[in-house]
Amino acid sequence: MERQTDSPRLGFKSGVMHGLPIGMGYLSVSFSFGVLAVSLGLSWWQALLVSIANVTSAGQVAGVGIMAAGGSLVEMAISQLVINIRYSLMAISLSQKADDSVTKLSRVLMAYGITDEIFGVASGSGKSFSKRYFLGLMVLPLLGWFLGTFLGAIIGSVLPQILIDSLSIGIYGMFIAIVLPVARKKKGVAITAAVAVILSLVFYYVPVFKVLSGGFATIISAVVAALIGALLLPVDDKEAAHAD
Amino acid sequence: MPIKTFFIYLAVMAITTYLIRMIPFVIFDHKIENKRVKAFFDYIPYTVLSAMTFPSVLYSTGSIWSAAAGCLVALILAFRNRSLLVVAIGACLGTLAVEAGLMFLPLG
Repeated sequence: MERQTDSPRLGFKSGVMHGLPIGMGYLSVSFSFGVLAVSLGLSWWQALLVSIANVTSAGQVAGVGIMAAGGSLVEMAISQLVINIRYSLMAISLSQKADDSVTKLSRVLMAYGITDEIFGVASGSGKSFSKRYFLGLMVLPLLGWFLGTFLGAIIGSVLPQILIDSLSIGIYGMFIAIVLPVARKKKGVAITAAVAVILSLVFYYVPVFKVLSGGFATIISAVVAALIGALLLPVDDKEAAHAD
Repeated sequence: MPIKTFFIYLAVMAITTYLIRMIPFVIFDHKIENKRVKAFFDYIPYTVLSAMTFPSVLYSTGSIWSAAAGCLVALILAFRNRSLLVVAIGACLGTLAVEAGLMFLPLG
């Protein structure tokens, strides 16, 4: 896969190019969010502001739900913390792959763009990534996220349901496209990913675990699977170098 | 909802979400040397995405049948190392095909 190769240092332009599929995917996801937000009583500019200020799908869906229900501010903060705490793990993981160009100050800006997919692509882009690459990678996903929200809020209500349904699976297709090719090459990734899926299924289908929110179930599954991997299959440096 | 209330909600939401991303990113500026800790953070991207995808993908569309079809298409294309965009579009088309079929043959 092209973005897995070990180019010396990918720049802003490569970042923008690699962001295109993410941006396309975000169009459909944020479109669904725009539709949902307006259906809950937000105006189009409010839906758009929520997207600009947060850039997180699950968190935003929960957030507008709390707004619509008139929930407390504590509930708002806790729900965002639980659903989005995975970004902290991703941020730490990204900090390990950032090269010397990624200064503390630039991290203050780059942090805004840490999403599942940007994280996934930046992680898979090579041994390390530069500030320019990451900033470039942020451009189209952010534009897609804002534009999709706007379009969803404005015209979503008139699009046939069958199209909205079909668009909404696209984001999961992207997740699969990030994980599967790497899992085929690296035993450790294959095993930990499989463990994460099994735990996630258990949390979802076994009645006793149903009290856990989706965000919590995801993070527990991911952390336990990665811990098992770290204990049983610690990566040695050659293998970790992403020299595919 | 009054405009002022909206902006208070928005601020709480946005600040929480931003700090969750920013604080760890700025604090962890040294490479982790420990092999196991390093492995943990190498695996995290893939375990997070995997747990987020399954089983949620099966409930992301109008019916579990169309979602399963879209998911299957995505798995096949990703297994063949197709790009993110191709896999995403394939999943959407697979879903759409079954959704269209279900309009004539409702399975539930």
